Amino acid sequence: MTEISMSVNGKEVSGTVEGRTLLVHFLREALGLTGTHVGCDTSQCGACTIHMDGRSVKSCSILAVQADGARILTIEGLAEGDALHPVQAAFKEHHGLQCGFCTPGMIMAATDMIRRHPEGLTEATVREELEGNICRCTGYHNIVKAILAASEAMGAGAARAA
Amino acid sequence: MYDVNYHRAGSLQEALKLLKDADDGKFLAGGQTLIPAMKTRLAAPSDLIDLSHIAELKGISAAGRTVTIGAGTTHAEVAASADLRALCPALTHLANLIGDPHVRHMGTIGGSLANNDPAADYPAAILALAATVVTDRREIAAEDFFTGLFETALEEDEIITAVRFEAPAKAGYAKFPNPASRYAMTAVFVASDGNAVRAAVTGAGDDGVFRCAEVEAALDTDFSPSGLDGVRVPADALMTDIHASADYRASLVVAMAKCAVTMANG
Repeated sequence: MTEISMSVNGKEVSGTVEGRTLLVHFLREALGLTGTHVGCDTSQCGACTIHMDGRSVKSCSILAVQADGARILTIEGLAEGDALHPVQAAFKEHHGLQCGFCTPGMIMAATDMIRRHPEGLTEATVREELEGNICRCTGYHNIVKAILAASEAMGAGAARAA
Repeated sequence: MYDVNYHRAGSLQEALKLLKDADDGKFLAGGQTLIPAMKTRLAAPSDLIDLSHIAELKGISAAGRTVTIGAGTTHAEVAASADLRALCPALTHLANLIGDPHVRHMGTIGGSLANNDPAADYPAAILALAATVVTDRREIAAEDFFTGLFETALEEDEIITAVRFEAPAKAGYAKFPNPASRYAMTAVFVASDGNAVRAAVTGAGDDGVFRCAEVEAALDTDFSPSGLDGVRVPADALMTDIHASADYRASLVVAMAKCAVTMANG
């Protein structure tokens, strides 16, 4: 067992984990942050997407110990109080979800995508960038619409997502 | 996943010592292949030695047309490098086709090369660019580095530190991805230094990445897509699996080579 600590959604947390504990399980089971989902558990679906040190990663393919000392952002850390993050607000406004299972990963992927494209996004870019996130309801159309709207709304403020 | 002892190395020396002290240790780079392999118990090392915090393995540098990419450089960093895009845009294009954005934030060029997956992207580039694989103890020519499926010339405890190559006059990469895994079902990297052409194929060979003599000969004469008209690649040493037959892959080699040359000619 190893003692680890990291910053999660701006809070310093620590815990004791086995070497094999996946980051997603540490977040969900040790910290109770169940917004990050385990979909396929084979790093295909992206439901477990979070940000580590400002970059989107799949938390089912990273050991918790690898994240020791890192800065983690999960879906629970996006909103500021009652004010939804612009990407969350856009998913709500444009109905960018059906069953909602893939949504946390989609939103974390989207915020990273918007950060990396301060010049703005096109529909083709969004669809290409969603390579690593699967929606089994196949509700991509509104997900793409929501991401484009959020990118537009955030404009120069895109850096906030990081 | 079986339990594993995790160690974080701060230097190459420390990494080597940690591996030596382990029963059955493995080096961990981005972990985008190794961790999933451990989850399915295809790999079960006793110890993992994390190389991702070793500063000297990071970064991209260029001196004239000589490019050096640290082994710990992620696919996302390669894809986003303006220096590299100016010197060898085919390589930044290739890096941007690996996995997905989240995988590219973790996976590294050194990890990909050491793993030598027969359908990985980087091996084709390294072989076509006649790159040098630099390790903690020697330099290995790309030609000698890839020795078979998931096999390389690396010793058990040898660490890739960088990849070095001369930026070619022209290069292109085209990939026919498997629609599910996005790994190459067949992909071709072509590079021309103005005299000789090198073309390397990944995803198709029975024995992993290989140089394609038929494509190279045709492009030596005429470095254009039409130069490949009528070229036939023998299917004998190509892979047949549930995704594609060897014959289909043979035709994909020519089709992808045409796309790669189109890109190289800008």
